[in-house]
Amino acid sequence: MKAVTALFAASLLLAAAPTPADDIDYAQSRIGFTFKQMNVPVEGSFKKFRAQMRFDDKRPEASRAEIEVDLTSIDTGAPDGDTEAQRNLWFDTATHPAAKFASSSVKRLAPDRYEITGKLTIKGRTRDLTIPVETTRAGADRNFAGGFVLKRLEFAIGEGPWADVETVADEVQVRFRMVQRVAAKP
Amino acid sequence: MPMTSERYTATAIALHWIVAALIVGAFAIGLIAVELAVSPQKLKLYSWHKWIGVSIALLALVRIGWRLWHPAPALPFGMRRWEQHVASGTHVLLYTLLLVIPVTGWLMSSASGFPVVYFGVLPLPDLVAKDKALADALKLVHYVLNKTLLVLVVLHVAAALKHHVLDRDDVLVRMLPFLKPRDPGKET
Repeated sequence: MKAVTALFAASLLLAAAPTPADDIDYAQSRIGFTFKQMNVPVEGSFKKFRAQMRFDDKRPEASRAEIEVDLTSIDTGAPDGDTEAQRNLWFDTATHPAAKFASSSVKRLAPDRYEITGKLTIKGRTRDLTIPVETTRAGADRNFAGGFVLKRLEFAIGEGPWADVETVADEVQVRFRMVQRVAAKP
Repeated sequence: MPMTSERYTATAIALHWIVAALIVGAFAIGLIAVELAVSPQKLKLYSWHKWIGVSIALLALVRIGWRLWHPAPALPFGMRRWEQHVASGTHVLLYTLLLVIPVTGWLMSSASGFPVVYFGVLPLPDLVAKDKALADALKLVHYVLNKTLLVLVVLHVAAALKHHVLDRDDVLVRMLPFLKPRDPGKET
């Protein structure tokens, strides 16, 4: 009985604590990319991802960001491209369904401009990454926009015949926008 | 009275055969590319197909321009009125398709969200926004027009051979870079 009560109390506590990902407006947030095949720019995006962000403009160094991208939600602009991208030569989503980014430090460069450093893990490979991010306020929302160039071969995205960068370029431009609802100040 | 047939200009002959070779190439590459599974080879073939297609359209414009200044030699005597109509109608349609088919391919690329970058260097503007339904419709149009072109080319080649073998006139020879016109003295 005691155990049940404790469990009940714990679940109440859990319910009371806001889920960290709750404050992200996924309908407005976006993770997109542009890759070049035969020098033709092609736009794509990931439809599903989870973000946990704690942003403190008074103490930027205390800010944190963790993002997990569901790689099976890839949209390469063509259905056969989506299927191909999930095969083992590309993301191998059967073994590595998600890409993860976890920040290790946040630095303010200028008002509303920050630099997030952290580790990006894709397909079991982890690399250091520094991303410039711009913040803007829009009503009750705070937008975080940024981008970086990802070298796909560093993560073995596109192996075997696909490693040929003449067909699909190594550099992939990634752009994102995260919209976070800002809690009303008490 | 001079019996020598007027020939096409060397420029017209060169353009005709270059475009003919490009059409065969684009046609074959297109047919192979659609059958391939997604692979670097497929992406290469599609790009080559598009580059050739754009080249065909550009060369067709050059040919039409050239033809305006250098009219084609007259049709041989003795062709019936309906034959003359079929001949000129076929040629008008051929020129039209040489321009229209690449444009439908370009539109299809735009609608599919894969812009055309000529020779991997010169990006062509997207003529329409990405639209799956439109892309599918254009794919069908591109296919049907190509089948139409195939029929016309077969007709074109058959007619040229008919002129050469049955009518024994200079219609084929005047478009060939290597054969001399028939010696009028040997004609019966």
